[in-house]
Amino acid sequence: MSEQKGSFGIQGTGDTSGYGGLVRSSFSPTSAQKPYGSYFDEVTDELERAFPEFNDAIEKVVVDRGELTLHIKRQRLFDVAKTLRDTETLRFEVCLGVSGVHYPEDSQRELHAVYELLSMTHNRRMRLEVSAPESNPHIPSLVEVWAGTNWHEREAYDMFGIIFDGHPALTRILMPDDWPGHPQRKDYPLGGISVEYVGATIPSPDNRRSYR
Amino acid sequence: MGLEEKLPSGFLLTTVEKLAGYMRKNSLWPATFGLACCAIEMMAIGSAGKYDISRFGMEVFRASPRQADLMIVAGRVSNKMAPVVRQIYDQMAAPKWVLSMGACASSGGMFNNYAIVQGVDHIIPVDIYLPGCPPRPEMLMDAILKLHDQIGNEKLGVNRAKIVKEIEASAIAATPIHQIPVFGKQG
Amino acid sequence: MSTFASSRETTQGTIYSVTGGDWDQVASEIGSAKEERVVVNMGPQHPSTHGVLRLMLELEGETITELRCGIGYLHTGIEKNTEFRTWTQGVTFVTRMDYLSPLFNETTYCLGVEKLLGITNDVPERASVIRVMMMEFNRISSHMVALGTGALELGAITPMFFAFREREKVLDVFEKVSGLRMNMAYIRPGGVAQDLPEGTVSGIRELIKDLRKNFKDNAKLLIGNSIWIKRTKGIGYLDLAGCITLGVTGPVLRSTGMPWDLRKTQPYCGYENYDFDVITADTCDVYGRFLIRMQELEQSLRIIEQCCDKLDKLEGAPVMVADKKIAWPAQLSLGGDGLGNSLDHIRQIMGTSMEALIHHFKIVTEGFRVPAGQVYTPVESPRGELGAHLVSDGGTRPYRVHFRAPSFSNLQSTSAMCEGSLIADVVAAVASIDPVMGDVDR
Repeated sequence: MSEQKGSFGIQGTGDTSGYGGLVRSSFSPTSAQKPYGSYFDEVTDELERAFPEFNDAIEKVVVDRGELTLHIKRQRLFDVAKTLRDTETLRFEVCLGVSGVHYPEDSQRELHAVYELLSMTHNRRMRLEVSAPESNPHIPSLVEVWAGTNWHEREAYDMFGIIFDGHPALTRILMPDDWPGHPQRKDYPLGGISVEYVGATIPSPDNRRSYR
Repeated sequence: MGLEEKLPSGFLLTTVEKLAGYMRKNSLWPATFGLACCAIEMMAIGSAGKYDISRFGMEVFRASPRQADLMIVAGRVSNKMAPVVRQIYDQMAAPKWVLSMGACASSGGMFNNYAIVQGVDHIIPVDIYLPGCPPRPEMLMDAILKLHDQIGNEKLGVNRAKIVKEIEASAIAATPIHQIPVFGKQG
Repeated sequence: MSTFASSRETTQGTIYSVTGGDWDQVASEIGSAKEERVVVNMGPQHPSTHGVLRLMLELEGETITELRCGIGYLHTGIEKNTEFRTWTQGVTFVTRMDYLSPLFNETTYCLGVEKLLGITNDVPERASVIRVMMMEFNRISSHMVALGTGALELGAITPMFFAFREREKVLDVFEKVSGLRMNMAYIRPGGVAQDLPEGTVSGIRELIKDLRKNFKDNAKLLIGNSIWIKRTKGIGYLDLAGCITLGVTGPVLRSTGMPWDLRKTQPYCGYENYDFDVITADTCDVYGRFLIRMQELEQSLRIIEQCCDKLDKLEGAPVMVADKKIAWPAQLSLGGDGLGNSLDHIRQIMGTSMEALIHHFKIVTEGFRVPAGQVYTPVESPRGELGAHLVSDGGTRPYRVHFRAPSFSNLQSTSAMCEGSLIADVVAAVASIDPVMGDVDR
């Protein structure tokens, strides 16, 4: 969608007063073309070899700033993950964590879960990205593949509302157990109170002037 | 003690006040209530040679709130932790004092958001606030010494009741320095 | 009959909250209960659980049959807060996550921002060397707290005094260089905030000799001490398979024998140019992790010595990236009323260079723009792999900042380490994982 131009680039009306509040633009990374460079070709080739329905499962391959991201359909996530862990030539034994991201403009694919993978045997890193719509935020759980994703998936559920099917105990982990809402979604306010000084109030950070 | 309740205001009561104040301030035992970064500075004041507080009789950080006099709320109080703070405060036996250490405990600090209680005085009564992020151990000692002054001069019995009434009356009569905004609109 | 240390009936049975009070009374209540399962809550406020960690233990006698961690008591919403601040202001937020090793948080965030900006190779060498030096000092101060508080929780009080005594010397270095002892916000995207003051390097060389001598105090007390060995050998066992599937990194992983250290395997900030060893142990227990931490102190000193040599050669080099549209503009100096903008800098921006004034204004108020994309930059923090996952939408504020906190992943392994052992071993195991709750809860 729209991106910023230049360092002090003008966007839209060029309004720099900031009274418009914080404006976010969404971006969709472009799919990279083969050859990807460095070890990424090897990884994708091996994955294609080991996982027959490769083209069906992988939506997009993004190579950006020296990092490989595979966008995967959420129904195939478990199989792809297992293949990545078990294939000798891939051996991504460690999952470093699940990070949720909320893109409200990306309709029907608002909630993304990003899995960071590390292969100690081959000293490689890669990323898996899965998306789910807000109306049906279910993603298969990878606790059976990498046990360490247990708490990370609980955190993604707590903060974003992504429900991981097959998770042994999906409950809130950081917020109190009966907290309503999912705090790190973009439509959840930052909360906070206006700061009162003598003669003025400064509104809370999400209500302040925000220079774009 | 009970003695101060029965004494009428006068020379005897002030002597008892001075004695009780002197005893209380010179062996004030803190409760371990380190939450975040300020807790590390609190540990430094307790165990580093440079900022030793055992010269004030305070190096015994009691884990049990029943045995503690001073609760140093060191660090940011999250909404999940708030009932625990209140419970620990309730479990402390009177006389008890609270020192809110750091910007986060005093006012929410830099974290003006959904997760942090904007000042521990929303939950418990605070006797002395200490700003800083985190406050240096010397600043914490300064706050403790000011609290010692406060404790040493505390009034008891009928004198105390009189002061409480005076404070309440002045708070009711005070003119607001700030227009309370209408709920829903931002100031 | 206390009203607070009471018992509650739940679907899982009776829950006794032990928050002080008479243990005999509680024990007799438990003894008279008909069920055999006893759940004891080592609540968020506890002297031996490294911060606000809640451990729910299901006991059978003194042996633990099930252990669950309750976290979130320090959740600060730092990640959401950064979405409303500029990229540089994010440093001050991020530095307060893992408050025992703030410079690592700053470095991983700044490396991420620099990767997004594409200026990783433009960061001056002097800035990288200063970053490495400050990080290694931070590793020393963090390990000192880990050792001191670990020993304190197991009942040894003297190591705590020794550890904090050395830590104070390291904090003096931090204060001299950045102005603050903790949470310094010194490492900024593009370099470091300001150069080292006069005489820092020679002072550090003196300090290294001092530290080397004084580290032996703690070593003499604990290594080979039969009580210490009884409390730590064979405790908190977690082998390599367990570590890898749980995503545990850092000293816990290295105690299984795996020499995985990001400074060697995936170097950043010029770590490939330094000569140091990766310390491992092969006992997978608390004692092994303790030995690893003690020896990592020595390795950090080696790296700092090499940094000092490099800094002497790079005297006068810049410490911020050259691109004026990104570099943090302010130069600070110590005046009569504290640390503030140096008058030379003010003279320059107000008097001579209009462009410098514009840059200063724009960068401080609006911030610089970061091209859209996402990155993940890991560093080896004292606790394990600390990584920043940054997503940018092309603007002046981050779109999403997520930190892969090592303590969060490492703490998951407490159940695996402690089930089947005694309550006292839980304390030792948690101390060996060395979680920092600010990191866990963010």
